[in-house]
Amino acid sequence: MARIGVLALQGDYLEHYQVLKGLGIEARYVKTPSDLRNIDALIIPGGESTTIGKLMAIKGMVDAVREFVRSGSPVMGTCAGAIVMAKKVFDRVLGETNQPTLELMDINVIRNIFGRQKNSFVARVYIDEIGDVVVAFIRAPGIAEAWNGARITGYIEHPQIGKIGVAAKQGNLIALTFHPEITGDDKVYRYFIGLVKR
Amino acid sequence: MLTTALGWFALKLTDSYVWLEKLRDLIYGLLELRDRAREEGLEVIPIREGTPLVRYGFVSMLKGGVIMDVTNEKQAAIAEDAGAVGVMVLDKLPYDVRAAGGVARTADLRVIEAVMSSITIPVSAKCRIGHAEEARLLEEIGVDLIDESEVLTPVDEKAHINKWDFKTPFVNGARSLPEALRRIYEGASMIRTKGEPGTGNVAEAVKHMKLVNRDIATLRGYYMAGDHEAIWVYAKENKVPYELALLTARLGRLPVVNFAAGGIATPADAALMMWLGADGVFVGSGIFKSGDPEARARAIVLATSFYDDPETVVEAQKMVSEKVSMVGIDVRKLRPEELMQIRGE
Repeated sequence: MARIGVLALQGDYLEHYQVLKGLGIEARYVKTPSDLRNIDALIIPGGESTTIGKLMAIKGMVDAVREFVRSGSPVMGTCAGAIVMAKKVFDRVLGETNQPTLELMDINVIRNIFGRQKNSFVARVYIDEIGDVVVAFIRAPGIAEAWNGARITGYIEHPQIGKIGVAAKQGNLIALTFHPEITGDDKVYRYFIGLVKR
Repeated sequence: MLTTALGWFALKLTDSYVWLEKLRDLIYGLLELRDRAREEGLEVIPIREGTPLVRYGFVSMLKGGVIMDVTNEKQAAIAEDAGAVGVMVLDKLPYDVRAAGGVARTADLRVIEAVMSSITIPVSAKCRIGHAEEARLLEEIGVDLIDESEVLTPVDEKAHINKWDFKTPFVNGARSLPEALRRIYEGASMIRTKGEPGTGNVAEAVKHMKLVNRDIATLRGYYMAGDHEAIWVYAKENKVPYELALLTARLGRLPVVNFAAGGIATPADAALMMWLGADGVFVGSGIFKSGDPEARARAIVLATSFYDDPETVVEAQKMVSEKVSMVGIDVRKLRPEELMQIRGE
């Protein structure tokens, strides 16, 4: 059975862990490079992308996760996790953030695109290959563009912002700008587990 | 025996959020639904903004992190660079509030706005206990988390703000489980276990965290023994709603995220509070009242995330020098009227 790691440096890793356990899947916390040896796929949770990025760099996780991806293992990032996976990161107000990331996916992510916390929301969105999901957007980023092998797989039609990407895929890498773990929508997890090589 | 076999996975933290949202719907939701139906016909709204679930969810993202007290943009930049998950903007650090005396109020709105437009991480600010207008102003300018705080001078010792009225999440201090549950019932999305603010002395934070933990263990014990009558009696004696006492008993932890606060001054202090079950820490005067704020901020972030790895906490503790730690105040030397923690039970 697939063993799914959840990056447990900062953020809502407990929620991801509990959803996986609820589906009867073997879940493990990952904090250091050696923890990556015993898992088949990795989830990078929500949290603060600057904090997660800095802690990963301190512990040598940047090279370790990039190596993990080169071996073909699936990685999914939710919200902050999607930011951490992106090659380009901007903030809606402050412009280019120059924060440390894994630079795994050819996507341009705009942080806090929908505004501040009082503008956070719950919505139903359609994601290619996954279907309709009801999920939480919390100080969420948007995916403005994708190039090379990356493609945007889901959009939201927001009354103020207009149409913006909320999901992207590149090989076995999935970036979601929302939180399936907060609303407990398990469709996303079933899909992600399906990407693990049997 | 079934509940024992299922262990703590029987109820997830997000289940508690869904439950709390229902509680709020029970109180206000029906009225709101009626109004909305009148205004917009029976149209289904595809995007629901600022719901309780989104508030609890936001706070959940802060877990394992450090929120730092700052008084200006320069300190906010140091906090962001160090890897803080948020900053709390104050007019004065708690240590200076204590020294200055007089009435402590919410920070200058222009300073808060300047901080908000200079960093990407969430910005919190404090309002006085019971001062709903200060809270409304903070929500209006877009603060991400409002702290109804005993560090400022309370305007209403008897009634806290009705926090269900806001789209912005609130954090409240608590010294005990009943105090925490009363704040959650008023709509708080997050609890911070109180220490004694501005002392640089973690003793009170430890005391209150242990008190909360013991009460939770007691309630959990009643639940596992199937003794609902004892939970009922606990709720009655401690003036908390039975439903919240039962939810805590089922969950075996506070139903919302709980940070430690008050007197945290070193990486070891932060790691200690994490071991005691805190989901994260607030650092008030401890960083910017020390002689090495940049290194200390980074070290506390590292120790909070890796609290269960002594090797890394050693590394963090070596990043700071005890020679320049905040000197601090012995809580036993404070007169009873100088204590901030007893404000607004």
